This record gives sequence, C-alpha cells and structure tokens, in this order.
Amino acid sequence: MYVAVKGGERAIDNAHRLLAHARRGDPAVPEISAKQISQQLALGVDRVMAEGSLYDRELAALAIKQARGDLIEAIFLLRAYRTTLPRFGASEPVDTGRMAIRRRISAAFKDLPGGQVLGPTFDYTHRLLELAEFTAVEEPVQTPAETMPTPRVTDLLGADGLIEPSPQSIGDVGDLTREPLSFPVERDVRLQNLARGDEGFLLALGYSTQRGFGRSHPFAGEIRLGEVELEIVAEEIGCAVPVGHLIVTECQMINQFKGSAQEAPGFTRGYGLTFGHCERKAMAMALVDRALRARELGEELKGPTQDEEFVLSHSDNVQAAGFVEHLKLPHYVDFQSELGLVRRMRQEFAAATAAREAAE
Amino acid sequence: MTRAAYNFAYLDEQTKRMVRRAILKAIAIPGYQVPFASREMPMPYGWGTGGVQVTASILGPDDVLKVIDQGSDDTTNAVSIRKFFAKTAGVRTTTHTADASVIQTRHRIPEQPLTEAQILVYQVPVPEPLRFLEPREAETRKLHALADYGLMHVKLYEDIARHGHIATSYAYPVKVDGRYVTDPSPTPKFDNPKMDDCPALQLFGAGREKRIYAIPPHTNVVSLDFEDHPFERYRHDAECVLCAAADTYLDEVITDDRGGRMFVCSDSDHCAARRAAGHHGASLSDAPTAIGGEGGRGR
Amino acid sequence: MDDDAPLLIAEGLSKSYGRRLGCRVVSFSIHEGEVLAVVGESGSGKTTLLQLLSGRLAPSAGRVRYRMRDDVTRDLASLGEAERRFLFRTDWGYVHQDPALGLRMAVSAGANVGERLMAVGWRHYGSIRRGALTWLERVEIDAGRIDDTPHTYSGGMRQRLQIARNLVTEPRLVFMDEPTGGLDVSVQARLLDLLRNLVTRFRLAAVVVTHDLAVARLLSHRIMVMKSGEVVEAGLTDQVLDDPREAYTQLLVSSILPP
Repeated sequence: MYVAVKGGERAIDNAHRLLAHARRGDPAVPEISAKQISQQLALGVDRVMAEGSLYDRELAALAIKQARGDLIEAIFLLRAYRTTLPRFGASEPVDTGRMAIRRRISAAFKDLPGGQVLGPTFDYTHRLLELAEFTAVEEPVQTPAETMPTPRVTDLLGADGLIEPSPQSIGDVGDLTREPLSFPVERDVRLQNLARGDEGFLLALGYSTQRGFGRSHPFAGEIRLGEVELEIVAEEIGCAVPVGHLIVTECQMINQFKGSAQEAPGFTRGYGLTFGHCERKAMAMALVDRALRARELGEELKGPTQDEEFVLSHSDNVQAAGFVEHLKLPHYVDFQSELGLVRRMRQEFAAATAAREAAE
Repeated sequence: MTRAAYNFAYLDEQTKRMVRRAILKAIAIPGYQVPFASREMPMPYGWGTGGVQVTASILGPDDVLKVIDQGSDDTTNAVSIRKFFAKTAGVRTTTHTADASVIQTRHRIPEQPLTEAQILVYQVPVPEPLRFLEPREAETRKLHALADYGLMHVKLYEDIARHGHIATSYAYPVKVDGRYVTDPSPTPKFDNPKMDDCPALQLFGAGREKRIYAIPPHTNVVSLDFEDHPFERYRHDAECVLCAAADTYLDEVITDDRGGRMFVCSDSDHCAARRAAGHHGASLSDAPTAIGGEGGRGR
Repeated sequence: MDDDAPLLIAEGLSKSYGRRLGCRVVSFSIHEGEVLAVVGESGSGKTTLLQLLSGRLAPSAGRVRYRMRDDVTRDLASLGEAERRFLFRTDWGYVHQDPALGLRMAVSAGANVGERLMAVGWRHYGSIRRGALTWLERVEIDAGRIDDTPHTYSGGMRQRLQIARNLVTEPRLVFMDEPTGGLDVSVQARLLDLLRNLVTRFRLAAVVVTHDLAVARLLSHRIMVMKSGEVVEAGLTDQVLDDPREAYTQLLVSSILPP
C-alpha cells in the first residue's frame, strides 16, 4: 500500500531521535568521551582540524563524537561552527624554521644538521593487527634536552642556488573564505585551497603524478612536525605578541626542473602545510602544489593534477559531499518533466515506426 | 561549553552586508552571476545554502517567510529550512503564498501570481547555464562578457536535429533583459513564463558555486527557442485528483505496484486553497491522508 | 562604397620572441577579391604573419588595418575583444590546416555550419538548416550527411566542412593556413579546384599560407616569398614563379619536380 514520503516535522524529529540513539550505541557499553577521542584518536582529530580549517582539539574531538566517527561529517560540523566565529585579525606567518621539532626526516640527505629525528611514526611498524587490545605501554626513551639547530633542507640548498627561492608574497594575501575562487589563482589562494582540501582526493592526485600523469620527479626534501609559535601584531603595543602554540606538519618537496637556455637548471619546490600531524596530507599537498605550477614553469600538461580548475574546484570535501549527497533530496518535479519528455518522444517514435511499417 | 548565541538569522551583520552588496549588484545587472564569498552553513552545500544566505540577508523581523521544496511546504528540506529560520530569526512563517513576504523555493515557482510586495528566493545548484557545454569557469565568464552564446545555440539546434525537440525539460535557459542567458534553477519549464514581467523581485542563490543573480521586477525574460520550434510549456494532461485544477503542474504519485497512478498539484498550498474554496477533484475521498489531508481517507 | 580602397593593410609588421625573430617589417595590402599567397619553408615566419594579420597575435611593432563593412578602416589593435570576435563570426574566415581545430567535432555538420548564422541572429530552425544544406552542397558534401558529426567524415570532407562553416556568413576576407596540408594528392586537387571556384564566385579576398608552390600558383594572384622572417620577394604569382629574381626563390622554384 502506498504511503506518501512527503515527510513532516514529526518524521524529521523522529529521525533525529533515532540518530541520537544509534550514536550512543549499546547503553551497556561505556560512553566515549571527547577527551578520549582527542587523546587516543589524535590523528583523526588532526585531520578534522586541518580540513575543518579550525585549530581547536576539543571542538574537533567533539565533532568526531557527534558525527559518529564520520570524519567528513565532523569536518563539516567544524566548518559550520567556524562560520559563526568573529574574525579579529590575521597572525604573522608562522616560522617553521624555529619549530620545536618532534619529528624531522629528509629523504634527500643521509644526515644533516639537526639529524634524522624519527619521532612517533607508523613508518617502521609492521602492519600486524594486534588482537590483544589492551597492552602495557612502555616509557619512551629519554633523549637529552638540548635543542640542536635544525635548518630547513630547502634553505641549505637555496644557499647554493640549487633550488629556486621560496616565492615571497607580494601585496595582500588572498582569503579563500572571504573571496570566492576565481581563476587563474595565485599561490596564496592555491595553497589555502589545498590546505583545507580532502586528503583522499589530494592523495590520489599526487599519486597519479608519480605514475606518469604529469611527472615532477619529487624527493621528500624535508618533513617536519612540531610546535610553532603563533604571533599577532598588537597595534596598541606596536609589535608581535605570542598568543599560543600550534602543532603543524610541513613538507617540502624537491622537484626537478629542466633548465632552459636562459636559466641554469635548478630544483623546484612543492609545499605542504597542515594543522596537527597529517604527514600523508602534507606530502600529497606538496606534490599537487608542484603539479599545479606546470603552466608557470612552462611544462607540458599531461594529467588532471596539473589542471588548476579541475583540482581546486573539487578539492573541498564539504562542498563535494554536499552536492553528491544532495541527490538524496527530492527531485521529482524535475524528474517528472524528464518523464514527460521521454514518454512523448517514445510515443512519436512508436507512431513513426508504425507509419513506416504501414507504408511497407 | 555554552551554547552559541546566534545573530538574527544566523549570519553576522558583516556577512549580511556582503551578501546584500552582491544582491544589489545582481539587481543592477539582471541575469548576471555575481560572485560572493559564500559561508559554510549548518546545512550541506547543495541543500540550499545559497538560498538560505540570501534569505538570511534580506529578512527583517516583520517579514513572513514561506519555504517550499518541489512546490510543497511539507517536504523534509522545506521543513528543515523553515525551522532554521524560525529558530534563528524568530520570524513568522506561513504556508500561504499570499501571506508571505519572502518565499524561498527549491525547484518550483508558486502557482499563485506574486505581487510587488514579495521576494522569491530560488535555491540554485548550478548557476551557469553553459556549464555542461563548457566546464571551465574562466571560459564561460568570457562567453557571457562577450555575449557569445554560440555554444547554447548549437545545443538547441542539435537537440532538434537529433530528437525533434529541444531536449531540455527543466532548468530551461532564458534570456534576461535581452542580454544575459540565465539558468532559472531546476524549475520545470512549465514555470518559465512566470518569470517574465513578474511583479516580485526574483533572487537566485548558489552557495556551493558562490554566485548570486537576480531578475528585477517587471523584467523581460524569454525562454530560448526557434521561431519554428517555439518554447512549449509541459504539464501532464490531466486534472488534479484532489482539487480538479487543470492548469497547475502535477506530481505523479504511484499508488500501487500494479501501475496505479494519480496526479496531484505540486503546489500544496494552492491545492489546499482550491479545496477550501470548494473545488473537488475526482478522487479526493480516496487519497491517503498524507496527500489529501483531512479530506482524504484515514482521518 | 569605395571598392578600390584596400581591404587589409599591413604596415611594418614585426614580431619577435625574445631574441628569436618571428617576422620582420612586413608591409603590403590586399583588395577585395584578391588572393595573396605567402610561401616559405617551415620556420620562414609565414604562420606568424598569418596570426598577426588575423589579430591572434599582437605585433611587437607595426600595425594591421582593416576596412570594415561601414567603410571605415580601423587599426585592429583598437578593436575590443567583442568586436574582434564579431568580425570573426561575420566578415572574416579562418581555415586551419587541421580541420578539427576549426570545427566542433562532437556536433553535427548542420550545427557546425549553422552556428554562425545563429550567432548573427537567425532564429528559424528550418531556415538555418536550409542555409546549412545550401553550403554543404556548394562544398560538395552529400546533403544526407548533415546530421553526422565530423568524426565520421574523411579528412577531405572535414576540410570542406570547415570551409562551409567559414563562408556561410559570406565573409570578405579569409585566412587559410595550409588548407590542403595533410590531404591525399587527389583530394588536394579537388579541394583546390573548389577553393578557386568559391573565391571567384564570392569575390573572396584571401591570405593563403602554404609551403606548396603549386597551391600558390593555382589559387593566388600575388605571392610573397618568406625566409627567416623576412619577405624575400613579392609580386604577381605567375611572374614570380616563372621568373624568380632572388636566389632563394629560384631555389624554391627549382626544387619542384617537373610534372
């Protein structure tokens, strides 16, 4: 028997209650806390901060809990919350050269000033599923507290002119959240777009460049993770004032560039930066950043990763999820029109066929 | 953590000002897509954020708001958005078209003619009428600037050569004020003539694509066609089974698994008003309550 | 209406790419109904010249002037993008060596030819289609192919379709870049014949870039020989080809195998 799915306020309210119930799960199982999520599912929290474009571990953890672990849903929650926050200024650019290093590796050099600091990483683990869930955790090895100078690899190469200088920003920095995207874009807006872009999307695009769809011959010059200081210029005082610390991940990719007759060949850069510990994202971002410079560097366009409009228009998972999932909304009015058209064309086709057969 | 205290209609005043500037620009250039810095809203992109931002920016405390989706006040999306504004703006809401000062709509224009005291806000998924002919924004922007609509003409010609008809049944492109080719949003082409010389202001919001456009009151709006293949409205040729209307856009409702169908006015308010005025369709008494309301069975 | 006034005038046209020279100080004029061939080997600058003349490239020095339909001669550089595009849709044609560049490959032949008509305001489908059919006939394409896309056409047919698409609005000036390049010899001959007839019948002025002297001989009234970006010799086609003055021209002419 037909029941109209025209919903009503009651149906929606009931759906929300069901959702809250499903979110809680079995009441006999202890309720998870946002604090536990923040501590023990830290990398999920980091991703939500990075793509949610908001640095707040507490809120990100809360969003993950509310979203039942769906990270894109959590990112959406954080972004929507971000909209309500007043903006009271812009910070000074963070100086990753002065980072308090937790992890720092370079694939380009065996050893370098500051050393290869492995830090907490999955890289060397064997991916064996640990069935014994609750095991004792050993104390980490204590290292001496002295901090070694840790210059950036790209600065070391740059001193010899082996790599192009880091592009300096000229004029005002664009703001993707205050101006709609308009092509062609400059580096500032490009990096903003990539920084909040979906990790999976950028990962796939970066991967494609390694497989021939626009190759840039990348080396991981440096990946560093740690704390940087956030400073804001207080107008009343007239100088920069520290307002807190952020944990960021930075990736500098070193890429090959075929020099021209006018210029000696040199390495080119790809840059990635994220909130929190998001190595895969920072690396993918650096690969895609470099690929998108194809036109600037006069390279042949061979793959979608080099297509600025393609990449930057589709990198935002909040937009993408919204539009893909909007197909669940009723479309029966438009569909009805299409139905009418197709029915009419079928009638005409049948009539034409019948007329043709009658004539034979 | 304390609950966030929201500004009237959710958006802060700076944002509303930014949106209103875009709206004014849009009104000054009918049919032209004005870029604006769309904000993330509490509903997903693709679910009406553009329309919501436009409405939020024009609502005042004395406005009366109607929200419809697929012509009905009762669909989930319309309910959700109406609740959103009831909560964040505290404005009066209504299902009666005649009583509303602002009507936000998805995919339909109300059957009842609008007045100069009303504003119609459309939710738009893809604002660019040339998008599926030319994916690049940089290129379509140029085409509009140069009034180079060759792509569109070619598409229309090709439709007739191939199908004998212009194969567009909704989101049917129109020329506004003799200048810009515009997408009316996925309204059925049946609704296109209502856009022409309309006394109400028509505003279009695309949140994900970050564009606002407008058709000022009493503007010339023409659906693209050929002289010998003129634009035709399409509606299913039947009367509404509830109110017997023969000139409204009808929804097709499948009633059983043996091919049973009934056709009902898409515009729920219009249909209810007709029924209240004494018009009765063929099967009013047979319709399930959810469609026919108290006039149907199962009361 | 002053038909004796030149249609297109190039004055001191030069184009350089950094230290590399595209072409240098080229000056000439063309009148209605006159066909000028620009010949040279690859790298001679002839294609650069064509791009400068049609406004697709901006010159480093010099200018191009064109007498529009209102009889006013204007500097191309002074036209806005919209005016230039309009010129291209109505009074000019541009035939690419590769027809795929000058056609919409994914839409029907009828749409390809009809597009310009619609661009200038034709709104009657039947008339547009009839216009397209007329031109398909003139370029010797079977009328039954009007709804096929150029993907299904042979190289020669595509080129003829490109010509029809360009001529449908009866332009006064057509630029052609190696119009017979890449086609089989027999197909070339037929195409050249067609072009010659169309040029005469519709009083077209044309600038034809080609490396093939036979094409120049058959189509053009006047010829310009280019080498390394400079005009080496110019004059009436028959005179220059029968009695070349310059050493380079002599070389070009003599390298054609006698029939």
